[in-house]
Amino acid sequence: MDAVHLKRQLITFTEQLFREGFLDEQFNQLQQLQDENNPNFVVEVVSLFFQDTERLLDELSKALDQANLDFKKVDGHVHQLKGSSSSIGAQRVQRTCIIFRNYCNEKNVQACLKCLQVVKHEFALLKSKMETLFNLEQQILAAGGPPSI
Amino acid sequence: MSVGGSSSSSSSSSKWSRSKMDNDGDQRPHILAVDDNLIDRKLVEKLLVNSSCKVTTAENGHRALEFLGLRDDQTNSSVNIGSKVSMIITDYCMPGMTGYELLKKIKGSSILKEVPVVIMSSENVPTRINKCLEEGAQMFILKPLKQSDVKKLQCLIY
Repeated sequence: MDAVHLKRQLITFTEQLFREGFLDEQFNQLQQLQDENNPNFVVEVVSLFFQDTERLLDELSKALDQANLDFKKVDGHVHQLKGSSSSIGAQRVQRTCIIFRNYCNEKNVQACLKCLQVVKHEFALLKSKMETLFNLEQQILAAGGPPSI
Repeated sequence: MSVGGSSSSSSSSSKWSRSKMDNDGDQRPHILAVDDNLIDRKLVEKLLVNSSCKVTTAENGHRALEFLGLRDDQTNSSVNIGSKVSMIITDYCMPGMTGYELLKKIKGSSILKEVPVVIMSSENVPTRINKCLEEGAQMFILKPLKQSDVKKLQCLIY
């Protein structure tokens, strides 16, 4: 497929991500920060986000598995995840975290466990979609097209 | 080691006012950015670097104080790096030492009290904002940080 078609695909795909709430305006901010000095900035930051989130989800699973549940600790992790998802524009993950924190405040174990499942699911979805997006960008570059939008 | 510097190429038109001369003749404003969140550190660093600043990041208040030469066991020397910092931008919610507590330490220092301090937070809590402004914070910025926020910071650099 040539660069023009790929480009069109990328635009359509990105628009869909925004429409479905996976990404918000903040992601545009990230893209605007990318320049010749840092041509891989977005990929780097998003990859860091993936790694950091995986670590946090792991910590959350452990913390919620404790007999003496420390809600403050759980909330601390969710606060971190809420912050980083907000900073990269991962809207659905961020919104799940807000709900999660409310349940931490209420010390509602079952609801927290449910939220963890939801946030894991949202993260998996986002990761898969971002990988598709980055893949398209790579293909465009390979096809000789200009760098991302 | 959490305090890390970043080198960057400046853009040709610097929108910042002239900063103090650094040891190596670098006239770019030197900003210390404090945040316990790795992604937020990356973001604030890039935002500032893209605006022709030199940036040092710290992952907590203690590391920040250490960098500024304000740790309890450090001697107060006017030649320390801290006096060459043009601005400090810090997150509010941090484990150990909050941004507010860090602000108080900075404003309590004879050497650094004139350095503008900006507080960032993801939560819009008026009492929190007022508390910080009353303690001497120059500005309070709501996260997530954007390019338009950095524009607001430019007037604070001396």
